[in-house]
Amino acid sequence: MPQVKYTKEHEWARVEGDVAICGISDYAQKALGDVVYVELPKVGKQVKQGDAIAVVESAKAASEVYAPLTGEVVAVNDVLNKEPGKVNSGAMGDGWFFKIKPAAPANDLMDESTYQNYIKGLHS
Amino acid sequence: MRYLPLTEADRQAMLAKIGAASVDELFEDVPLSARRDKPIAGLPNHQPEYEVERALAALAAKNVSAGSCPFFIGAGAYRHHVPASVDHLLLRGEFLTSYTPYQPEVSQGTLQYLFEFQTQVARLTGMEIANASMYDGPTAAAEAVLMANRVTGRNRAVVAGHVHPHYRETIETMARTTEFMCEAGTPQPQGNEKLADQLDEETSCLVVQTPDLFGRLHDFTALAKACEEQGALLIVVVTEIVSLGLLKPPGAMGADIVVAEGQGLGNGLNFGGPYVGLFACKEKYIRQMPGRLCGETVDTEGKRGFVLTLSTREQHIRREKATSNICTNSGLCALGFTIHLSLLGEKGLTRLAELNHAKAVQLAERLASIPNCKVLNDTFFNEFTLQLPKPAAPLVDELAKRPILAGVPVSRFYPHDKSLANLLLVTATELTTEGDIDTFAKSLTEACR
Amino acid sequence: MTDKTTGAAVAAMHDNKALQIEEPLIFEQGAKGRSGVDLPAPRQHTARLGKLRREGKIGLPGLSEPQVVRHYTRLSQKNFGIDSAFYPLGSCTMKHNPRLNEKVARMPGFADLHPLQPASTIQGALEVIDRLAYWLKTLTGMPAVAMSPGAGAHGEFCGMAAIKAALAARGESRRKVLVPESAHGTNPATAAALGFTVETIPANKRGRVDLDILKSKLGPDVAALMLTNPNTCGLFEYDMLAIAEAVHQAGAYFYCDGANFNAIVGRVRPSDLGIDVMHINLHKTFSTPHGGGGPGAGPVVLAESLAPFVPLPYIVRDGKNLRLVEHVADAKDCKPFGRIKGFHGQMGMFTRALAYILSHGADGLWQVASDAVLNANYILASLKDVMSAPFDGPCMHEALFDDRFLKDTGVSTADVAKALIDRGFHPMTMYFPLVVHGAFLIEPTETESKETLDAFIGAMRDLAAEAKKGNAEFFKQAPRFTPRRRLDETRAARQPVLKWTGDVEDNAGEEPADEEPERGRRALG
Repeated sequence: MPQVKYTKEHEWARVEGDVAICGISDYAQKALGDVVYVELPKVGKQVKQGDAIAVVESAKAASEVYAPLTGEVVAVNDVLNKEPGKVNSGAMGDGWFFKIKPAAPANDLMDESTYQNYIKGLHS
Repeated sequence: MRYLPLTEADRQAMLAKIGAASVDELFEDVPLSARRDKPIAGLPNHQPEYEVERALAALAAKNVSAGSCPFFIGAGAYRHHVPASVDHLLLRGEFLTSYTPYQPEVSQGTLQYLFEFQTQVARLTGMEIANASMYDGPTAAAEAVLMANRVTGRNRAVVAGHVHPHYRETIETMARTTEFMCEAGTPQPQGNEKLADQLDEETSCLVVQTPDLFGRLHDFTALAKACEEQGALLIVVVTEIVSLGLLKPPGAMGADIVVAEGQGLGNGLNFGGPYVGLFACKEKYIRQMPGRLCGETVDTEGKRGFVLTLSTREQHIRREKATSNICTNSGLCALGFTIHLSLLGEKGLTRLAELNHAKAVQLAERLASIPNCKVLNDTFFNEFTLQLPKPAAPLVDELAKRPILAGVPVSRFYPHDKSLANLLLVTATELTTEGDIDTFAKSLTEACR
Repeated sequence: MTDKTTGAAVAAMHDNKALQIEEPLIFEQGAKGRSGVDLPAPRQHTARLGKLRREGKIGLPGLSEPQVVRHYTRLSQKNFGIDSAFYPLGSCTMKHNPRLNEKVARMPGFADLHPLQPASTIQGALEVIDRLAYWLKTLTGMPAVAMSPGAGAHGEFCGMAAIKAALAARGESRRKVLVPESAHGTNPATAAALGFTVETIPANKRGRVDLDILKSKLGPDVAALMLTNPNTCGLFEYDMLAIAEAVHQAGAYFYCDGANFNAIVGRVRPSDLGIDVMHINLHKTFSTPHGGGGPGAGPVVLAESLAPFVPLPYIVRDGKNLRLVEHVADAKDCKPFGRIKGFHGQMGMFTRALAYILSHGADGLWQVASDAVLNANYILASLKDVMSAPFDGPCMHEALFDDRFLKDTGVSTADVAKALIDRGFHPMTMYFPLVVHGAFLIEPTETESKETLDAFIGAMRDLAAEAKKGNAEFFKQAPRFTPRRRLDETRAARQPVLKWTGDVEDNAGEEPADEEPERGRRALG
């Protein structure tokens, strides 16, 4: 199983071959509530790690989604336009947002256990 | 004081609970230099209702009300009869004193009438969707231009010379302050502006109006296609909402956005405000719309209900990324509009519009027969342009003394354009009587000799 | 009956509960040839419509007057208003809306007046605006006021546009605006609309703007600080004078959001706090009705430095008469930045606000602020042992709590609000300001009796206790007694349905045989 890595802003990235699949974490989708709309970046867009490149909306809130790593957007999950609820039901799987071809590996992301500890820390 | 329920005993008991010796202690964070230690000197103290009423009635008496004399003014605000029921319903406390429906379970009254309003506006304008109203027509037009800029990614707006100056000026102020380009044509009461020629690949939108400032009717179908070819949006302004009871709506012409002043239905003249801006557009632009939107849904028992929706466009959520900074709509005015239109229905609105046109035709025929006067319009709904043999503004001031409220001199909007000085905008509505027309025509004949 | 668009159940008549009556849409009740307005047939004429006569129907339902009156009466009965119950929405100032205001606004000498009538026929109307302007200037201590903005956010736009114009006149282009974290969304939205970049200033531990951080962010690129005072946590910014000095030293302007003016009206002079510009919400502090979301009015008071940069039109005195300045070329002492809405301003709100101000007078307005602050502090003192207040010390006109007292109960701020509805109160503002978690912002205003406050306090204490017992399900099922239970907002956003799409049965094409053509001179026969 390829390893999932996380950002402090609750995005995840999973490298498969030469592409990183990205989405928002299960923690993030729970905090947001029912997702009603997703604004995805354009395929081909060059992005830097930390750039706000997508938006995810619930009925009451809108959150930026930041690029977990630097590279080029090579695919977006169009299904989310018709079925935004997939972000809730499959945040770590078929609710992915975009795929980035990394310009360089990102070494400063958290692994699973580090991220879980991070989330616990946010609550206290 | 009649609006203040607390007694001295109450205040003492409450201060005791709080643990403060006086209310002054609660203002401890206010710098001393900014505090008043007693009520402002030199201003009157509280008064009984009848004194306030008397004072304001005295000020009201200094005005010449539209209903007290022959009245022919339009130019963006129209005098129509508002049925007595409208006001009585508006004054119901649950409508008058309620807030924005953020708690939908206890606001279904407001939400349902907003849904009815949105449906009415969409149908009247022939457009796919409409919002829950804006401050007025001109600010709605400015918001429409901002939306066109967002949708097209361009920042050059073109405003036809025939558009009402308040709309043009509001858009121009928006252009200057929010930094986009706006080019406005000069008014040509008898010319053809060749608007399609003004489009280029930088144009975000073209703003036009029908009936226009001079009362002329336009079919923008061809212009809509030209805009589409250039990737620009066509924004159509309607200042006299009753005209849509009789005329081809902008939606049928291919408009992308329609903005209108809804004042003519359910709202009196009120010296210019509050009015109600209507905003309608194509469904594909839904996420770029400004203003509140009311949507249908169901509750936990499966019953149909209504809620404010797509709120993530708005300032309280998106903050600096909002589609607009606007918070308020024009709720009570929208309610007046909805009730009036519900009373009229299809048959009533059509009949009302026909009556307006018939009166205006009668007025035009009578005024056109005055020596030295000419009606410039081939087409009109209830407002048209009269060319006088002398400057219109002094003549209007003279007639006001009779009193006759003779219409609006175009020079009110364009004081420095000599070519427009002799033009007078004249309106008739269902309230215009034959006696009014007779008095007006006779006075005008005298004045134009 | 089912809704043709969504398939949702549309209750049939048997779902009524005595006076709570299920009411379909007006569109679902139309019938052919019906109208609630009598209009005569137009006289014969040659139409001048070109080829632009409408073809086809608009699609509006036909109802008689009794049906329309009943429809909207029933709808009104599904609404809470200030007239119904305590409505403590923080920062909205839901005070009593006097009916004297309504009577005055409807005097024909005001209501039946066209904005473009010649000046000689509207002197009384101009005088109303002028007198209200005088009161607003006197109450705030500011030398100038722009009356035309249509509501609070519009006033913010006007004030910030004035700042932008003033900077341009100084030959400067500063692109940054500073805004506290706790600011209302209209502040950054307005600044961004005008092309400024927005930088937020965090709050200190006492809920006020952090003065040191503010000072560190001030520089030659900052155009203005936008500050609400009292702020959205209901607290007075005690560093106002130091803030004003720092802002001015940096060459920037001090914008004050006057939404919370009710806490200080009559008792505090904003001009002495060093502000340069402030918008006032007439529909908050000055009792003009909220009307289900509008209309409002947002006049803007201005310091000397900004007084020339006003929108058009404005009123000037020419000897004994008043007149409107509507064109830049006509503006002698001002450098107007342009028109921002149609006509002259929200006249209907001016008459109402003036009636309110004259009713209260100087002593009444003093008492308004005093009682507003007293009421809020009474609520704070009476609830802080069972709810969690994030900041110590007295509040101004509104009391803020957060959701720490609900920790581990499974009950959210929203759940408490819904349960409060069943108790007969409109909920307070929830989840605003964003600087605390799960905010409850309670603004009672001065028009509430101690009895009402005690009843509210009792209900809140009950709910707090119930939540702590762990009875989360009780809250999740609320509200139970309202015309509708909780509504599916997710569905409304995912599948927006913004209008009714059915066919009305009305057919306007029929000419009823009994209508008489117009006979202009026959009045009473």
